[in-house]
Amino acid sequence: MTSARLLTHSFVLGAFCLGFGALLAFTHAMTAGDIMLRSTEDRQNSLGQVIPAALHDNSPVADVVTVTGADGRPVSVFRATRAGQVTAVAFEITGSGYAGPIRLMLGVDAGGKILGVRALQHKETPGLGDKIEPAKSDWITRFTGLSLGAPPVEAWKVKKDGGQFDQFSGATITPRGVVGAIRGGLAFFAAHRDRLVGDSK
Amino acid sequence: MTTADATPAESQGTDYRRIVRDGIWDNNGVFCMLLGMCPTMAITTSATNGLGMGLATAAVMAASSLLVALFRKYITQEVRIPVYILIVAAMVTVVDLTMNAWMHEMYKVLGLFIPLIVSNCLPLARLEAFAAREPVLPSFIDGLFMGLGFTLSLTIIGGVRELIGAGTLFASASLLLGPAFEFLEMRVMPAEAGVLMFILPPGGFLATGLLLVGKRMLDVRAGKPIAMGGAHSVG
Repeated sequence: MTSARLLTHSFVLGAFCLGFGALLAFTHAMTAGDIMLRSTEDRQNSLGQVIPAALHDNSPVADVVTVTGADGRPVSVFRATRAGQVTAVAFEITGSGYAGPIRLMLGVDAGGKILGVRALQHKETPGLGDKIEPAKSDWITRFTGLSLGAPPVEAWKVKKDGGQFDQFSGATITPRGVVGAIRGGLAFFAAHRDRLVGDSK
Repeated sequence: MTTADATPAESQGTDYRRIVRDGIWDNNGVFCMLLGMCPTMAITTSATNGLGMGLATAAVMAASSLLVALFRKYITQEVRIPVYILIVAAMVTVVDLTMNAWMHEMYKVLGLFIPLIVSNCLPLARLEAFAAREPVLPSFIDGLFMGLGFTLSLTIIGGVRELIGAGTLFASASLLLGPAFEFLEMRVMPAEAGVLMFILPPGGFLATGLLLVGKRMLDVRAGKPIAMGGAHSVG
């Protein structure tokens, strides 16, 4: 009799799992296409913010090269080309912030000059560290036009560490992480420049 | 006109007004039962976040209460907890996927927090205390209004924290609700005047505690007995 009751309970639980599993499969099937579309749009948007539209006649989101980064992890590099010539690339960089990693998109032109940097995702303190978002402060725009030589590598630090970039009042770790990530991103570009810009033909 | 009020369920004695009052105020999930504290503390850094999280929770609660009430005859006592968790988790995933696909702007604001609804014990408490033994419609109403009461609490806590901490109210509400709601976004005082601590975790405890005291004082003034906040409903 206990085994009969055990069977009933197993049957009830199994039936619910099956039923709701089917519901989830159905929802997934209904939404998967749109979700994929949205994530491509998101990436296109963030690429559009760091690569000016005038620089390319291709769709950078579709022209991807994978290169192994300095930490051994693969980095997807999106390439903007005009008339078959690579004019700019954009790739994701990660800095370590006050509350976990800060993911940024960095756009660099063929000569290694920064076209733009945008924060994609971070968990920095609201009101302090979130000034890296362009919606909150224009701090992040000061990197546009700079490159690894200008200013010199030693100055690619926040002021507190002897560099040239302002930290925000009350937050040093966040800008330090962002500046470090950009410096690393530029070094990555310099190391792989020939591959990224050269073999477009 | 008068007969329109007397639905069959009501003539059997279901007091919908009581259910609504319980959910919104008398037995409020946050301020009476003190349930769902994890999302309450984590999300309420602004009124907009509180509102969005509350609405998503309300949708999950209404749907899962309805489903549990619908299947209550088949859910045996011994396996009811796993079944409830299964139902809540399935509803959360459905909300998560649908929002990602069709309400993407809102999802970008709330997406991180949606899975947290599973860890909220308020839906589970209402399933166990109400939906497991009541008919479908009252259960749906209970889930919905408990969820709306949760929304109200989160919006108020978020509003207080945002106002004191950042000097704004309903900042970026238009991202959540659409451009038509831009009029909600207010700057009450300059950001520099804000007490940043109120946006940080300690502010969550402070604001919730002070509001809790405020609510009890209102109840005392209204001559209501102070409910000790049992998870079980009186309805």
